[in-house]
Amino acid sequence: MRTQIDFLLGDQRVSVSSAAPETTVLEWLRGNSRTGTKEGCAEGDCGACTVVVAEQREGRLHYRAVNACIQPLVSLDGRQLITVEDLARPGCHDFDGLHPVQQAMVKHHGSQCGFCTPGFVMSLFGMFHREDMRGTGGSDRKAINDALAGNLCRCTGYVPIVRAASEALALEAGDPFDAGESTTLDALASLHSSDSVCLAENERKMLAPRSLDELTGLLAEHPEALPVNGATDTGLWMTKGLERFDTQVYLGEVAELLEAGDDGEFIEIGAAVTYSDATPLLTRHFPGLAPMLSRLGGLQVRNAGTVGGNIANGSPIGDMPPALIALQSRLVLASQGGEREIELEDFFIEYGKQDLQPGECVLKVRIPKPTKDLQFRAYKLSKRFDQDISAVLGAMALALEGDTVSSARVAFGGMAGVPARAKQCEAALLGQSWNEATVEQACAALADDFTPLSDWRASAGYRMLAAQNLLRRFFNETQAGGSTDHGDE
Amino acid sequence: MNDQAQNTMKAGRVATVHTDRAHDSAIKHVTGRATYIDDILEPAGLLHAYVGVSQVAHGRIRSINLDAVRACEGVVAVITAADVPGVNDTSPMHTLDEPIFADGEVQFCGQVLFAVAAHDRDTARRAARLAEVDIEPLPAILDIEDAMAAEAWVAEPHEMNRGDVDPTLANAPRRLQGELETGGQDHFYLEGQASLAIPGEDGDLTIHASSQHPSEMQHLVAQALGRADNTVTVEVRRMGGAFGGKETQAAQWAVIAALLADRTGRPVKIRLDRDDDMVSTGKRHEFRFRYDVGFDDKGRILALDVELAARCGYSADLSGPISDRAMFHSDNGYYLPNVRIRSYRCKTHTVSNTAFRGFGGPQGMMGIERVIDAIAGELGVDPLAVRMANLYGDAPRNVTPYKMVVEDNVLHQLMPELAEKAAYQRRREQIEAFNRSSPVIKRGIALTPVKFGISFTTSFLNQAGALVHIYKDGSVHLNHGGTEMGQGLFIKVAQVVADALQLPLQDIKITATSTGKVPNTSATAASSGSDMNAMAALDAVKKLLGRLTAFAAEEQGIGAEGVRYEQGEFVAGDERVPFKDMVMRAYLGRISLSATGYYRTPKIWYDRDKAEGRPFLYFAYGAAVSEVEVDTLTGEHRLTRVDILHDCGRSLNPAIDLGQIEGGFVQGAGWLTSEELWWDDKGALRTHAPSTYKIPTASDVPEAFHAEIWEGGRNREPTIHRSKAVGEPPLMLAISVHSALCQAIAAASPQGGTVALDAPATPERVLMCLQGRRQSG
Repeated sequence: MRTQIDFLLGDQRVSVSSAAPETTVLEWLRGNSRTGTKEGCAEGDCGACTVVVAEQREGRLHYRAVNACIQPLVSLDGRQLITVEDLARPGCHDFDGLHPVQQAMVKHHGSQCGFCTPGFVMSLFGMFHREDMRGTGGSDRKAINDALAGNLCRCTGYVPIVRAASEALALEAGDPFDAGESTTLDALASLHSSDSVCLAENERKMLAPRSLDELTGLLAEHPEALPVNGATDTGLWMTKGLERFDTQVYLGEVAELLEAGDDGEFIEIGAAVTYSDATPLLTRHFPGLAPMLSRLGGLQVRNAGTVGGNIANGSPIGDMPPALIALQSRLVLASQGGEREIELEDFFIEYGKQDLQPGECVLKVRIPKPTKDLQFRAYKLSKRFDQDISAVLGAMALALEGDTVSSARVAFGGMAGVPARAKQCEAALLGQSWNEATVEQACAALADDFTPLSDWRASAGYRMLAAQNLLRRFFNETQAGGSTDHGDE
Repeated sequence: MNDQAQNTMKAGRVATVHTDRAHDSAIKHVTGRATYIDDILEPAGLLHAYVGVSQVAHGRIRSINLDAVRACEGVVAVITAADVPGVNDTSPMHTLDEPIFADGEVQFCGQVLFAVAAHDRDTARRAARLAEVDIEPLPAILDIEDAMAAEAWVAEPHEMNRGDVDPTLANAPRRLQGELETGGQDHFYLEGQASLAIPGEDGDLTIHASSQHPSEMQHLVAQALGRADNTVTVEVRRMGGAFGGKETQAAQWAVIAALLADRTGRPVKIRLDRDDDMVSTGKRHEFRFRYDVGFDDKGRILALDVELAARCGYSADLSGPISDRAMFHSDNGYYLPNVRIRSYRCKTHTVSNTAFRGFGGPQGMMGIERVIDAIAGELGVDPLAVRMANLYGDAPRNVTPYKMVVEDNVLHQLMPELAEKAAYQRRREQIEAFNRSSPVIKRGIALTPVKFGISFTTSFLNQAGALVHIYKDGSVHLNHGGTEMGQGLFIKVAQVVADALQLPLQDIKITATSTGKVPNTSATAASSGSDMNAMAALDAVKKLLGRLTAFAAEEQGIGAEGVRYEQGEFVAGDERVPFKDMVMRAYLGRISLSATGYYRTPKIWYDRDKAEGRPFLYFAYGAAVSEVEVDTLTGEHRLTRVDILHDCGRSLNPAIDLGQIEGGFVQGAGWLTSEELWWDDKGALRTHAPSTYKIPTASDVPEAFHAEIWEGGRNREPTIHRSKAVGEPPLMLAISVHSALCQAIAAASPQGGTVALDAPATPERVLMCLQGRRQSG
């Protein structure tokens, strides 16, 4: 077991052999005189701390923007960390020495107070290194919005930043990072190690196992340990709640947890697969997930957060669990004693309580592949369109035989203490004709399924009315030949 | 950047003003080299401070046991109200109602009880949570309604009157009453509150702070320490955003750092976590607006009776002037022949609300724009027609409720020009057609104007100073009392100086604001930054040029009128001496090359007892058209197009001003749509981080966003190069978004009348408003 991590900071090799388990990338950077990266919120919601992490994938460098304020330091092991200080030509302090994304920001007056700017610059840099975006000239405004949704700016109103993005994305030519790709890949290869890591400080430690066996062994040894991955939720327990976990286990290097695929009958997503990595597979099989997935957190959150984490922490307002429940997903849990598979909906026992034994972890979620006639939608309602936690998340999966509802799964987030099915609503649908009268019956039944709470995201009254209206929307959108004018231009 | 290429040549003179220039720190911003408080190289021995706060909205402090805090390893000092050597207060207007540390009584959840200094910030934060606090709860007033009922005020009610309101209302052909609530708004500056206090000899202190008001901070630090102002120096290079939230609200943290630095003899830094910042610092005032309006069949207002109730929080802070400004803007651009405006400054046991871009103006304007929409709804006509019919016009329809004559009204030109540019009428018809065929999605469009008064309404604040040095090598050091918060003040003032000196912009060194260089400054607020500080800097430059010219004349043995300064050269007869050479000669000739500059705004006065005068030197104008789309099933909505024409006079820097217009608009749209402050029934704010408090993101700004500076703009008052202030006015252009939402909601149900949509128009408020109309319709 290694007791240090090794990574590239820009093009410099760095080793860290002592760090408290809760140490974030931001804390480490600022503690090492790299103050260009800013803390705006310390909860992964403003993007001021955005950095880019590069890693080798299929022989190429893959760049990922993440929020340094909650990103565990250990996650840098074997990777390249790129911050705002690394972009301009070294020692050059004029316009000509800037990276193209920086030049575009200056030219279009994309900074005012400048505090969010390093984060925007890094998000733009991440965009610049995406094959699907470079050279597009920003013709796809939605793609730019999606990539910037995790960065808040309070001064500019985003208009000049989007202009800067468009200009930078018009460039076909690469940058010095492209030119140095093979050198960087060589350097990363020289850092590579298949040993697991124990990064500690004063007996407090972060463990990073490489295999499921190692992981379950560690969890058996340290049942009190906190499993972390992208830390988009657990990170806040520490930065905001000031909670301390003397032993943490980083899941992001466990090979078995990183697998995602199609076993013929099920789509399987390993617990450590990030939303960004899971999305292409998920939306290929379930196009109805796409609008929700593009609004689940900002890009930095999707680049770090995992489907497994969203499930394991049992949040009543996670976006993915209701959708997965509506799709009849199953959950595989692993421990030293072996694996067990349960219905995902049974995992959520009550608020704050999941069917997770000490020493056990989430291994993967298994989603049955959709039948051809399955109608599926996931609707996300929030105060703000992007990067917001849902007031209500409604997921509906329906199959018809002729005009008759042959199966109906309706699940909601934000309506109860756990993500849950609306069973009376489902009963009102099943075996009925798929028509307006049935939908109204089902809406009425929904009021018997849930007694939502009033809080800062929404009142109970809004939650119920909106949930019912989502069912009405689902009906509008799924009638034979029916359409909705939702989003119509 | 190729500065030269962007210069415009006019009459053989290189103009630096009226040209697009990048923010002076733009390259530093994008490379991460711009230094904010937490980025300053930490001095040796630095301690980190944090605070412990009340969890009770209103109560009597029985005891605060800090033993566990003190016992924490790494803690160096803990202080409470008892440890303040001077005055335990940070109130900006000397109302003595804002203790640094609560003493005896707590008055809001989040009020600071004590502070701790430790070796590192994490230790200080953890230690601060270990206090045992015993507070006996007392009845708390949490909202406007309860405060009005209890007649609980932070400042006395105030009234403005003209004409015969009651009889005119009684006899008006038509009459409407209604109510509108507008929510508060968190500033959400990206850089949270932060200060670094460094002790010096004789107990002197240097404070590096993120503050819009260094002079006030200097005074409050000195007052807390029981010392003279001259023992404290406050320096501000830049803020990571402020928007009014660092005018008065920055002081408390600097004072706490200073008290701990003084006590320990070590440098002390304090930087609030985002959540604590949002809980413990003031915000935009929530308002309740009630109106009673009488009007004729053409929609012309005959009489208006207005009641403005502001939720001020527990202390006065700036609530008096903010409420005054709300009153001053209850007319917006409209003539109100008979008018009564009553203003109540409600005391609640919540954080003390404060300055926020617009300073009460937006709330006042929201009220009158609702009145206009209500009149249009009642008459079933285009609200734009009602707006045009009520605009200020020729005498006698050119006098405000506070008896100021509107001399510079441009809305009669600007609004039709915008309507034309934005194809308002055609789109309104298209939208009507769309709505007829679209059962679920409804669209709305609105054009609203802005008329915003420029000057501090507290007249004595309208003064500014500058300090300009020319060094022997000809390089120029520029300093003034204004602070840079991202608005581009520093570059604008530098442009004015470079223009006057006919030097390249890069030869003007921009330097941090410091109370040691320019004393007794006013806050950088009220949009006045460039108006005042550029004038003061120009005054200093004129003095220096005067001295150099006189010296050149003396050298030549001619009168000063025989020397001209043009294109960077002193010209006397055939001799042309470059600026640099003349500076060296002047130095050798023992001429002072340093000058202070000063400016005070002319013409303004205000008699508050009579509620009349000329509180403003001039008005800034603008107008916007917004189009929205509402999903009537969920209340979700989006802004689909924006067109703006805004009057910047003759803009000093169109690129910078456009940034203020776009950014101000989007910030205003956030205030009126997604940004919701939500307090629980115990008076605790529950939306205290970006996870729960939602400012706009990139996708909330439509691709069709056309903001332009109005080409017809020119200030009729002799302001700096005839420019106009632009910091605050554009925020209120976003009222068009709210108004357009009301139009879309109206289209969803057959009944007319007023759409009683409050702000912020969250999806919930929109859906519930739709639902209410469906049920009553």
